[in-house]
Amino acid sequence: MDESRRGFVGKAFGAVAAVGGVASLLAMKKTWDPLPSVMSAGFTTVDVSGLEANKLEIVVWRGKPIFVLKYSADMKPTDGRSVKIGEDYYSVMIGLCTHLGCIPAYRNDQKDFKCACHGGEFTDAGINKFGPPPRPLDIPPFKLDGVTLVLGEEGPEYKAMMAKA
Amino acid sequence: MAEFKKADSMLEWFDQRLGVVKFAKVMMTEYWIPKNINFLWAMGVLLSVMFAILLVSGIFLLMYYKPDVNMAFDSVNYTIMQEVGYGWLFRHIHAVGASVVFLIIYIHMFTGIYYGSYKKGREMIWISGMILFMLFSAEGFSGYMLPWGQMSYWAAYVITEIFGGIPLIGGDLVVWIRGNFYVADSTLTRFFMLHVLLIPLGILGAIVLHFYALRFPHVNNVEGEFFDFDEEAEKYLAGKHKESKVVPFWPVFLSKDFFVLGVFLVFFFYLVFFHYDFAMDPINFDKADGLKTPAHIYPEWYFLWSYEVLRGWFFPVGPLSGKDLGLMAFGFANAIFLVMPWLDRSPTVKPANQRPYFGIWFWLMIADLMVLTLFGKLPPTGPNAWVGFGASLTFLVLFIALPFVTIAEAKKAKGK
Amino acid sequence: MKEFKILAVLVVLVGALYYGIEPFAHSVMHPEVAPANFAFDDLKNVDTSLKGNVDNGKVLVEANCIACHAIEAAGHLQIMSNADAAAAYGVNPPDLSSAGRIYDKNFLANFIYNPVAAMKLDHKYPVGGAKAFPMPSYNWMQPQDIMDVVAYLQSISPKVTEDKAGHEATFKAACSRCHAMKYGTLEATTPAETLKTYLGTTPPDLSQHIKSRGEHYLHSFINNPQVLLAGTAMPRVGLTEKAQEEVIAYMEEIGDSKKAERESVGLWVMGYSVVFALLAYLWKRKIWKKVH
Repeated sequence: MDESRRGFVGKAFGAVAAVGGVASLLAMKKTWDPLPSVMSAGFTTVDVSGLEANKLEIVVWRGKPIFVLKYSADMKPTDGRSVKIGEDYYSVMIGLCTHLGCIPAYRNDQKDFKCACHGGEFTDAGINKFGPPPRPLDIPPFKLDGVTLVLGEEGPEYKAMMAKA
Repeated sequence: MAEFKKADSMLEWFDQRLGVVKFAKVMMTEYWIPKNINFLWAMGVLLSVMFAILLVSGIFLLMYYKPDVNMAFDSVNYTIMQEVGYGWLFRHIHAVGASVVFLIIYIHMFTGIYYGSYKKGREMIWISGMILFMLFSAEGFSGYMLPWGQMSYWAAYVITEIFGGIPLIGGDLVVWIRGNFYVADSTLTRFFMLHVLLIPLGILGAIVLHFYALRFPHVNNVEGEFFDFDEEAEKYLAGKHKESKVVPFWPVFLSKDFFVLGVFLVFFFYLVFFHYDFAMDPINFDKADGLKTPAHIYPEWYFLWSYEVLRGWFFPVGPLSGKDLGLMAFGFANAIFLVMPWLDRSPTVKPANQRPYFGIWFWLMIADLMVLTLFGKLPPTGPNAWVGFGASLTFLVLFIALPFVTIAEAKKAKGK
Repeated sequence: MKEFKILAVLVVLVGALYYGIEPFAHSVMHPEVAPANFAFDDLKNVDTSLKGNVDNGKVLVEANCIACHAIEAAGHLQIMSNADAAAAYGVNPPDLSSAGRIYDKNFLANFIYNPVAAMKLDHKYPVGGAKAFPMPSYNWMQPQDIMDVVAYLQSISPKVTEDKAGHEATFKAACSRCHAMKYGTLEATTPAETLKTYLGTTPPDLSQHIKSRGEHYLHSFINNPQVLLAGTAMPRVGLTEKAQEEVIAYMEEIGDSKKAERESVGLWVMGYSVVFALLAYLWKRKIWKKVH
């Protein structure tokens, strides 16, 4: 057998082995993917009509705490972040500090959020005002359905907010 | 097949089939170690023993541990700690051992740096050692999650969240690693697999590589002296034990290691039985709750320095946010020790106290790591944040400066 | 010798590191609070130096207390089931059998006078607030009458043994209406759902609190929760020092049941290690004599 032919067969064998290896890796990557049931895990709905002003409501959506805060009369809405439902304004935010994911606490006397982990502070609308957090609290995709808030679906109000941001 | 004559003894029988006499010579009685060493040279054997202790205690824990978010906490804190005979003992040994093994790793590692044991042909010893350090870190991190206490959960949360800072793929990567949007059952079971199978396999492989890497360049000595091992070995075999610069691994080297091991075990068992809170954080005896963040979150002590390098950057510089900068510094800190043999540009192999500039550099680095570790645990508020930033910056500067420092030192040595 | 110098450097570095990340860091994160005060001398509504009359106390208790409270020790059995009682009052009213034994005299008298103030729960039940504490204040009673009630309750309290069973009895009387102890197979006598409505949160299971909080913390906490956890729904319990010690002892017997075994095995293993090290040293000396 001449040298070049042996070279060709060797390379072809190597290529086939490499394809098999890559395909196995892809399959393994898939195995680590979140399960479909996890990905499609329900949409959380919140009835905001019963909420008390200046008192933080925390609901769970996909394992994350979601802050729903109804503004009292003296709290001013923040453009592009506050949601108007009926006559009242609300903050709807993912309650995880944008620094390293701790849950900030609401201080209703100072009307702001304070993260106990690394000292970050946010305004009532979730804008970072002190400490390590790099950006305001994230806003989860939501849709309004009368006085019901549907988390996980992108409604027109959410899209308008994202367009502004 | 070769002719096998009837063996006269059991040893001969095995020797015919497995070559055990030759094997024992190569591995033990004619494996040569320099004589001019101190007790810091025993850390390798200490680490091997610690690994064995962790492996055995881990096997016993594995029999009753349940990797399920609803059962994990009680299987550890009730079944293993209170019901299984001596289950508490294995848990204490495993938890304290996992913490103490890092103390020994750090001593071993900084001994290597101090005596220049990563240079001139010993690069692979150093690199395989750093691979072991990384694997042990991964092993420690994945194991810490298993008791499913509050600190298990939140340390896992914060550390996996770090990957979210990687551009473009970060968000998806975090979900992929966890197998969920948050640290959940899928996360626990996959880290369980990593902790009890994949990473230990990797560690075993890396240990073999690390030991093998010692064979050609040989072990360093306290003066960094180069000599012909074959020549010295011949002297030893010729009976000139006092004259030879080497001793055999067994029994001479190991006899010293066993003494150091004995002293270490007194200290280790004191921690295991009477002083274990540092390794078994009280907060971790509260069951994991994803909706209740503990007031203070901190990693285990051996990760504090690199955690503080990450956390030190809390303000934006130009277009980069504090988080981006912290992540970059963190990546740098975790990779930089790997290339130590190439950062040190001086050809001299000598202990740091005999190297004018490197000696200063070494103690500055130790001091900086101490500051990083101490402030990594304290809440990063007020002046603490700035100390953390200063120490983090100093760490980067020290390692960027190392090539220049050592080049200058080499020049000075030549000028003499 | 050189090796001792190296060891000294190591010990200093490791010691400084340990001091910084353990005792020092924890003292920064958890500042010391005022030590537990078992005199309850901040409560001054009732003159507790008055000597109580047991017979009058019995009359008063039967007229005022047993409509809501059972007192098994005096033959007044619980009328409603736990769940019904909890639903009616928000939380199960305690059986008063052990009240005279486990509660401090000063605390108990002032509690009868004004429960919310004695428990330091004014933030939850402000005067004139929407919610009222299920037990009314008996501030209309004469101090002498209150002391008679206290004296009666003290007279009927059954003694408990100085062992795990006795500790468990104290724990049940003091904590079990709200807290479960899963590892001791004790459930809270008030159903979890009712508690959540009543307190705003589910009180934690106490199985591992001896480990997660530690004896030192519990010692200050039970006696005055607000100093360590401002705003908590947990009341000041008002236990005597002895009753509190029994509660903590029970938590340790359940949450750290192998403590005694651990400490005795520990000494043996350390002793073994010392022998190991000594023999290893002798062996090492013998071997190295030939090569040095």
